[in-house]
Amino acid sequence: MVESHAKETTLALKLRVWRQRRGQPGAFEEHALAAVPTSASFLEMMDMLNEQLIKAGKDTFAFDHDCREGICGMCSMTINGMPHGPIPGVTTCQLHMRNFRDGETITVEPWRARAFPVLKDLAVDRSGFDKVIQSGGFITVRTGSAPEANNIPVPKPIADEAMDAAECIGCGACVASCKNGSAMLFVGAKINHLNILPQGQAERDRRTLAMVKTMDEAGFGNCTNYGECQAHCPKSITLDVIAKLNRDYLRARVKEFFSSTGKPSKGGD
Amino acid sequence: MNLDSKTPAGPLADKWNNHKAKLRLVNPANRRKYHVIVVGSGLAGSAAAASFAEMGYEVSCFCYQDSPRRAHSIAAQGGINAAKNYQNDGDSVRRLFQDTIKGGDYRAREANVYRLAQVSTSIIDQCVAQGVPFAREYGGLLANRSFGGAQVSRTFYARGQTGQQLLIGAYSALSRQIGLGTVKMYTRHEMLDLVLVDGKAKGIVTRDLVTGAVESWSSDVVVVCTGGYGNVFYLSTNAQGCNVTATFRAHRRGAGFANPCYTQIHPTCIPVHGEDQSKLTLMSESLRNDGRVWVPKNKVDCAKPASEVPEEARDYFLERKYPSYGNLAPRDIASRAAKEVCDEGRGVGQLVDGKRLGVYLDFSAAIKRLGEAEVRARYGNLFDMYENITGENAYKQPMRIFPAVHYTMGGLWVDYNLQSNIPGLFVGGEANFSDHGANRLGASALMQGLADGYFVLPYTVTDYLAGEKSGSRPSKDAPEFKAVVKDVNDRVAKLLSINGTKSPRYYHKALGKITWEKCGMARDKAGLEGAIRDLQALREDFWKNVKVVGSGDALAPELERAGRVADFLDFGIMMCLDALTREESCGGHFRTEFQDAGEAKRDDAQYAHAAVWEWTGEGQLPARHVEPLVYEETQLSTRSYK
Repeated sequence: MVESHAKETTLALKLRVWRQRRGQPGAFEEHALAAVPTSASFLEMMDMLNEQLIKAGKDTFAFDHDCREGICGMCSMTINGMPHGPIPGVTTCQLHMRNFRDGETITVEPWRARAFPVLKDLAVDRSGFDKVIQSGGFITVRTGSAPEANNIPVPKPIADEAMDAAECIGCGACVASCKNGSAMLFVGAKINHLNILPQGQAERDRRTLAMVKTMDEAGFGNCTNYGECQAHCPKSITLDVIAKLNRDYLRARVKEFFSSTGKPSKGGD
Repeated sequence: MNLDSKTPAGPLADKWNNHKAKLRLVNPANRRKYHVIVVGSGLAGSAAAASFAEMGYEVSCFCYQDSPRRAHSIAAQGGINAAKNYQNDGDSVRRLFQDTIKGGDYRAREANVYRLAQVSTSIIDQCVAQGVPFAREYGGLLANRSFGGAQVSRTFYARGQTGQQLLIGAYSALSRQIGLGTVKMYTRHEMLDLVLVDGKAKGIVTRDLVTGAVESWSSDVVVVCTGGYGNVFYLSTNAQGCNVTATFRAHRRGAGFANPCYTQIHPTCIPVHGEDQSKLTLMSESLRNDGRVWVPKNKVDCAKPASEVPEEARDYFLERKYPSYGNLAPRDIASRAAKEVCDEGRGVGQLVDGKRLGVYLDFSAAIKRLGEAEVRARYGNLFDMYENITGENAYKQPMRIFPAVHYTMGGLWVDYNLQSNIPGLFVGGEANFSDHGANRLGASALMQGLADGYFVLPYTVTDYLAGEKSGSRPSKDAPEFKAVVKDVNDRVAKLLSINGTKSPRYYHKALGKITWEKCGMARDKAGLEGAIRDLQALREDFWKNVKVVGSGDALAPELERAGRVADFLDFGIMMCLDALTREESCGGHFRTEFQDAGEAKRDDAQYAHAAVWEWTGEGQLPARHVEPLVYEETQLSTRSYK
């Protein structure tokens, strides 16, 4: 194989980037950007564009980003129609310019979903995800009153399965890629992480019902098995978490129905 | 400046328990009358905010990210230490304490480090109960691995994402409280100043990053857990938004800043690829177990592909210089050795700014010995990450690595209660200075963040509040608040009005170039003196010529960056001054004048103290104070690796 660090080159690009102020309609702006190193990350390319705009005295494009190593879940761009761009299993910050061609036109948009309103340009409000977690995405434990850690053995396959689901970084690409704007992959991942662990059993039904209710209220759509979420998830979370979410939801609803005492519901759970 | 550490009396092992027994309490019915502000939502901040709310206080928590789950604690890969002795290999609280204080090159406060080791075991219990999916053995019990600087296996881990999983645990505890209405969470809010009333911290001023609104918040106590200052070097493994503003603003209001020159450089990062790079990515140090580090012996070979450099023309410099430790030489040693060969002009990789800053980490011998499949099983995810970033296949050609800044041990000075010298201002996690001395051991940053947040601050803040009359906190209309709000508004307006020619990023890069070259892996008197002059000139230029586009009433990333860079410029001067006045080498602070043939030469007689800096006014150099470090039960010894 030819060693590649000698062959990095530069690209001239045409960029169509979304410009929008909060609460107002948006539109694409076109910009030409020259001499983009193929070794740069996509966000570094956006930094270059912004520096070029500053030189021209124009406002920069606002976009969310933070760790730039694919774990914080903050970066969120739809690139050529695909959340996080064309390479599977990576976030926008881990996408590199060597995956694009010289002279190419690249379209950059925010996450497109009813539940994620645009704050400015490419930055959106994903607080709906936090609300879902706040309603039940936890195991109740007071600081300082936890039992000795090894008192709760967790079989390795269960721990590994919980870990697979817990890899979700909460970026919202699943919602942005779904025609329905559904958050089922995100919610399913959290449900799978907590509901299969022994520590999570006490609140299993309550958690599932509460999270689904909040998900619906936050304006996320329903799952109709398109599978786009799985294709664009940067952490490769798979559709089976949705099947398991549906199973746990059904189980909780049935139990709720049969455990009815006839007394009026106290609401919530 | 009052720097009484308030270290409790008695034997080291009993100090914390004795102290806890004496700390005052607040009656449950009275707790809701107190308002606690927590700034930052990483491990320390989230854990503290959730714990205060469970106890019954009214809590407000602020973070600059769009969700508390995104704080940079999330990026820690390796693991978290705890003295559980699950492996039956002789671990104990005292051993963890000894390893940590030695790792810090005897520049941390003994009693704080001991307490850290003591509460480490409760952290694991807490996290497991929360559902953190730590690695398990087939029997269902927790697995451990060993980590640098220790002879025991005491590190708990969740794949390569331990920080993420621990933060999600703390975030879920915090989220539960937010859902219950006991914590009010303010995301996309940046703390821009601290408010003091009668000498006590009584609130903060923030800017809402979405609307631009500058607001003040009144409280009975302020807890700052806003992380470290690694981005003063521009390129680091920190997140883009990590900044020193919250702690530096507190410093300007009178809080002492301790040991800013203690910064940790990690040897195995992916090298800089070009002028437009924004971030350095860390790769697990475990790679050095099977990789061999080398550069060409002759400069002429440096531009050639590695495969064209014959075996006899390669310099395996770590194996040559440190035959007993070889490629596993400690972080600071390995980092400095890589810098030396690159300074000699023998670095490899692309030319960036006229230099090649990289060394090879070569797996060909390991692949020959173990087979590619075994190497893939051990390091596959790291090789994938490397290929994704560099476009190079490390099974076919050597990786290139170079050291990068990734943790800062210095921070706001705190006493044993984690209270700064300003009453009512508490500081947790990387933002304080107390536990890691001059160098931090692997897998102990996560431990400290959670120890402070879950197991120290809830006790010590309660003791402070017990001495504050409930309902006595000032109104936001008090003149002290109005004055600080005006200061913040004036500063924002000034940044927007300069309308010069250079972007905030231009200044950040220029700042990073100076700090990295003169106050990075190796420092000397002349370089540091020059750096201070250069930074003063750069600061002057910044306030004349910075151009901040955008408006004050919407998301304005350039305005955010400009404010942070302005504080970093002042901070950088203080960091260089601290490095200049510490005339010894210790841990991550290496002064070339003070060495024994490449080894750090400590001067315990003169410098066994924390240097604490006091703000003396705009454009002035800060004043140096000291807190002597008293070692009651620890024998100071020399670290040697030959």
